[in-house]
Amino acid sequence: MERSASLPEQQPRGTAAPEVLAAGHGSDAGERDMAPSSQIRDTTWVEHVERIHTHRDQRAFAQLFAYFAPRVKAFLMKSGADEALAEECAQDVMATLWHKAHLFDPARASVATWIFTIARNKKIDALRKQRRPEPEDLPWGPEPEPDQADVMAMQQDSARLEEAIKTLPDKQRELIERAYFGDLSHSEIAAETGLPLGTIKSRIRLALERLRHDMSERPDR
Amino acid sequence: MTVKHQVTEELLTAYAAGNLPEAFNLVVATHVSLCTEARVRLEAMEAVGGALLDDLDEMPMSHGSLEATLRLISDRPKEPIKAVPVQPEASCKVLPKPLMEYVGGDISKVKWRPIGMGAKQAILKSSGDADVRLLYIPAGSELPDHGHHGQELTLVLQGAFIDGDDRFARGDLEVADEDLEHTPVADIGEDCICLAATNAPLKFKGIAPRLAQPFLRI
Repeated sequence: MERSASLPEQQPRGTAAPEVLAAGHGSDAGERDMAPSSQIRDTTWVEHVERIHTHRDQRAFAQLFAYFAPRVKAFLMKSGADEALAEECAQDVMATLWHKAHLFDPARASVATWIFTIARNKKIDALRKQRRPEPEDLPWGPEPEPDQADVMAMQQDSARLEEAIKTLPDKQRELIERAYFGDLSHSEIAAETGLPLGTIKSRIRLALERLRHDMSERPDR
Repeated sequence: MTVKHQVTEELLTAYAAGNLPEAFNLVVATHVSLCTEARVRLEAMEAVGGALLDDLDEMPMSHGSLEATLRLISDRPKEPIKAVPVQPEASCKVLPKPLMEYVGGDISKVKWRPIGMGAKQAILKSSGDADVRLLYIPAGSELPDHGHHGQELTLVLQGAFIDGDDRFARGDLEVADEDLEHTPVADIGEDCICLAATNAPLKFKGIAPRLAQPFLRI
């Protein structure tokens, strides 16, 4: 038998992976079922941001844009922006990603988390017209050479968190999503859903505990 | 530094999500600057936000949006690494950086106004439906007896105060809700400086403080 015939089945590596991702965007069901790919995907996005920083790579940017811009737009609309404003702000968030690529620290966050913080700050600035006080010692301070082991561990953790969020019970997930995206305080969620405040607080707490539990199941921690 | 009385999960989630009024944001940012564990907790909350964003259903971008964004990028000059109003070397033993940006410098730049009994306050400019101020309470003095209409955050920057059985020192954050009637007392030894934010006017129990309220903007 020609054993070599089965070899081309191997996963494409390196730069080939993002193509698959970019092509796959839009098919929601497929994405949600691809559990093992979360980490490959997160690591791939890190490489994309690095390529923007080092090579001003427009192709890498286009792939990040195709995946994240529609999510940032959805986030802003859930926060109360109309479609035109959300579109404008999402473009601005992605432009900020390009300009601040040198500040991204993959040992401290996933690309999705970094983009979330940029989008959140844009929301405060454009929707709420407020200043955003940041803690001292900027969290995304640039490190000349982040430790590769730290980068790997952080991207692994982020992938696990993404998986853990997908498996939350619907009620917990909905409330935690509203607490983040709905621009609602717990008491406003209570007023809108008719659920008692105590129930909401304990469901959100349960959801966070569950995520924490899922995250602490790592054998080496 | 890790402190004993940390920010609540609800406030930290709302800060990570960007859903707090500016006055509360300032208190949480200052608290996080003083407490390593709170910073780690904040980064975890932001990671939850990132994972939720990653899992959101997409809202399609309009036609030509990538090209528009690339134009936006080439039109805008590359930003300088950091544009912070305070010089990097500037520092203050009492005020962490986010607070220095609101005061416009170190503790000597605070424009104190007397509010009686040796106590002083300085209201900081913030937008939205909550107020934030710096309070200066002489060692051993009481804050006026008060309840709340809303939520009150009090962060200690210097000295300490005692409230019931609890002692709050630098970096500690007290979260007081509507139902709490309390009388914090500045600990002896050092005058106490706090950062306090309220999302509704405090209600004082004595007549004199109540009359003074509109003028003091408490």
